Amino acid sequence: MNEIYAVIKSLSIPQRMLAFALLAPLAGGVLAGIDRRLSARLQGRYGPPVLQPFFDVLKLMRKERIIVNKFQDFPILLFLIFTVFSGALFFSGADLLLTIFSLALAGTFFVLGGFSVSSPYSHLGAEREIILMVAYEPMVILMAVGMYQVTGSFRVGTIAQHHAPLILHLPGVFAGFLYILTIKLRKSPFDLSLSRHAHQEIVSGIATEFSGPGLALIEIAHWYETVLLLGMVYLFFAFNPWLALVMALAVYLLAIFIDMNYARFKWQLTFLSAWLFTAVAGVSNIIVLSLMR
Amino acid sequence: MGWFKRSPWLLHYNATSCNGCDIELIASLTPLYDLERFGMVMTGNPKHADILVVTGSVNCNSRQVVENLYAQMPNPKVVVAVGICATSGCVFRDCYNVLGGVDQVLPVDVYVPGCAARPEAIIDGMIKACEILEAKDAARAGRGDGPP
Repeated sequence: MNEIYAVIKSLSIPQRMLAFALLAPLAGGVLAGIDRRLSARLQGRYGPPVLQPFFDVLKLMRKERIIVNKFQDFPILLFLIFTVFSGALFFSGADLLLTIFSLALAGTFFVLGGFSVSSPYSHLGAEREIILMVAYEPMVILMAVGMYQVTGSFRVGTIAQHHAPLILHLPGVFAGFLYILTIKLRKSPFDLSLSRHAHQEIVSGIATEFSGPGLALIEIAHWYETVLLLGMVYLFFAFNPWLALVMALAVYLLAIFIDMNYARFKWQLTFLSAWLFTAVAGVSNIIVLSLMR
Repeated sequence: MGWFKRSPWLLHYNATSCNGCDIELIASLTPLYDLERFGMVMTGNPKHADILVVTGSVNCNSRQVVENLYAQMPNPKVVVAVGICATSGCVFRDCYNVLGGVDQVLPVDVYVPGCAARPEAIIDGMIKACEILEAKDAARAGRGDGPP
C-alpha cells in the first residue's frame, strides 16, 4: 500500500485529478454491478452480470436523444462535472471542505435538472431530493469538523496520513456518517427521490423525463459519487490502508444489505431520524472531543 | 457491440388484460425465471424503456394510452404482444368496444400467444425482441440517423 501512496505522491495534482476522472467510473461501475448481483442473490435470484451497469450506460448512449426543453440536459451535465470535480479534489488530497461544498453544488444542479421539466413526478422527486440534501448535509459537514479536530487539518492528504486511527476519536461521527451514507447512496429506506425499485409509485423521481444519453450521465455521476463516498469512509481507517479498503467495501455491502431489508421511509421520518442521528451521534462526539482538548 | 440485447428495459402496459398474462409476466421476473439475468428490468417509464410489452386486447379507451406510451419511447423500440388477446383479440375481437389485437394500433414486432402466456414463452419472446432491437439499432446506424 505504501507503494501506492508513493505513486500518488509522485503525480502532480492535475495528473491525480485526471487519474481519478479515468479510474473512478470503472470502479464505480463494478461496484454498482456487484450491488445488483448481490441484491439479486439476497432475493434468491441469479442476477445480471457484474458488468451490467456498463452495458446499461453504453446502451443508453446509443438511444435516441429526446429532450423536453433545451435546458434539460445542461444541469445534469453540470451535476456530472461538479461530482467529478469534487471527487478529483478529494482524491488529489485537496481540501475536504471544498470537496463537500462542491458535492453539495453538484446535488443542487441535479435538483435543478429535476425542476427544469414540467412533469409532476419529476418535481416531486426534486422536492424530495431537496429534503434529503437538508437531511444529510449537516452530518457531512460535521464529519469534516470532527476530522479537523483530531488532525488539525482540512486537507485530505494530511488526514489520510494521520498517525492515529480517526475512528477511535470519531465513533459517533462515523455512526452518523454511516446513517446518512444510505441516503447519499440512494438506498432504501431513503431512496425517496430516485429509486430503481419505486418505478410504479412515483415513476422514477428526478430521472422521469431523462432518457438516453441524459440518463447515462446521471448513472455515470452516481458511479463517481459512490467512489467519493467510499473514499470518505476510507479516511476514518486511513491509519491502516488495507483495513481502510476492507472497511470501505464492508460499508458498501452493509448499505446493500440495508437496502434489501427495509421498506421506504416517508420523508418526515427520513428527515427527523437523520437530524436526530446527527445530533445524538455527531454533535455529541464533537462536543466530547472539544471538551477533551 | 450488441448493447441493446444485453440491457433491454421493459415497459409493461395492461390494455384490457384479465391480469392472467400480467401475473405470468411478473412471474418471469421472480426468482424461478429471473429475467434480470439478461439485464432486463421493468422500468414503468416509457422514456427509459426499449421494449413495450402489451397484454390484453386494445379497446377504445386504452388505444390513446398505448399510442402515447409508444410515442414517448426513444428509438430504437420494440413492441411485444403478450397473450392471445394482445395478438388477435381472441374471443373479445367481435365486442363492440374492442378494436382487436395490439397490431391494430401499433407495429407489433413479436407475438407471444397463450392464455395465459407461459413465462417460458414470454422469456422466449423477449429474447426474440432483443434480436429485433439490435437489428433496428443497426438499421438506424446504417441510415445515418443513429448516434455517432
